[in-house]
Amino acid sequence: MRRFLSALIVLGLIMFFISTLPLIPEFGKASLSKVSRAFIDKDVNGNGGNVQYGVSKDLENGAANVVTSIVVDYRSFDTLGEVTVLFTSALGVGIILSGYKRKKFGREPNFILRVSVGILLPLILLFGAYVFIHGHLTPGGGFPGGTIIAAGILLLYLSNEEFDLSKTVKFVEGISGSLYVIVGLLGLAVSGVFLINFLPTGVVGNLFSSGIVPIIYILIGFKVGAELSGIVAELHREG
Amino acid sequence: MVYYISFILIGIGIYGFLTQKNLFKHLISLTIIDTAINIFIISLGYISGEEAPIYSKYTPIANFVDPLPQALVLTAIVIGVGILALGVSLLIKVYEKYGTLDVEEIVAKEGK
Repeated sequence: MRRFLSALIVLGLIMFFISTLPLIPEFGKASLSKVSRAFIDKDVNGNGGNVQYGVSKDLENGAANVVTSIVVDYRSFDTLGEVTVLFTSALGVGIILSGYKRKKFGREPNFILRVSVGILLPLILLFGAYVFIHGHLTPGGGFPGGTIIAAGILLLYLSNEEFDLSKTVKFVEGISGSLYVIVGLLGLAVSGVFLINFLPTGVVGNLFSSGIVPIIYILIGFKVGAELSGIVAELHREG
Repeated sequence: MVYYISFILIGIGIYGFLTQKNLFKHLISLTIIDTAINIFIISLGYISGEEAPIYSKYTPIANFVDPLPQALVLTAIVIGVGILALGVSLLIKVYEKYGTLDVEEIVAKEGK
């Protein structure tokens, strides 16, 4: 009976969603809003337009990845809040699960696990660093890069019972979070706007381009990696 | 149509939330709804025949889908991860106190 009622409710909801479909543009036929157009053309201040890869230079934002330019430059204040949300949730996990001792099996983990961690871990860390250093040029950025690094740390936790990173994690997290705010305050001191891009933006598509965007994405990469490693370490403790 | 996929996923999530008695399955249902909404928001900005919004050697001139929903979903994914981690840690506490994650058993134990 309960299942039948639930199925009915769900069917009604899906029918309602489908009935609202004529209100939104058909799939694949969306039109760019004025705001998206300005973000793509790097034309928010009215001095951009006609961006070309490898040619255009000294735009208001030099990131080749448009999503990165929105997340870390135009709406950087949002991202500061987002990183704070992640920090709060990591803090909450730490508070809720405090007082748990780590479960110890008292014997060495599997031979295959130990050896393959030695081979894979440098590659995983390198790939994570690549993803967040090239966040303004290729898909990816600080959040995926940090997650990849946290996955590498999880391997370390699984392969070594004595491994503990909680002190380093807190240190890295605090340092990179404060550096993010300090970069923003530098913008306030130089140009009078919090988190403004005050460095030269260079040519679109170069590694050293787009001013503070790569710097902030590297900081976010370290911060997210540290926070997720902290969550992994807390959830790893039990019993 | 990607819209229908996200609607069906939302339906699966709500159905799981209404019928399951295990709290962990509730959390998974919430995550499915979260993912479905992310898919829906991204598909709103898709323009057929156009590229991902990244200037590169192969797409030197802007011919891009809408980057704004993607930037919003990036935020939503990160917050979803935070909620999931917090929810799981609360479930660990619930399991420690009651020895079970079943809602009805928890209510029965609470009633004694």
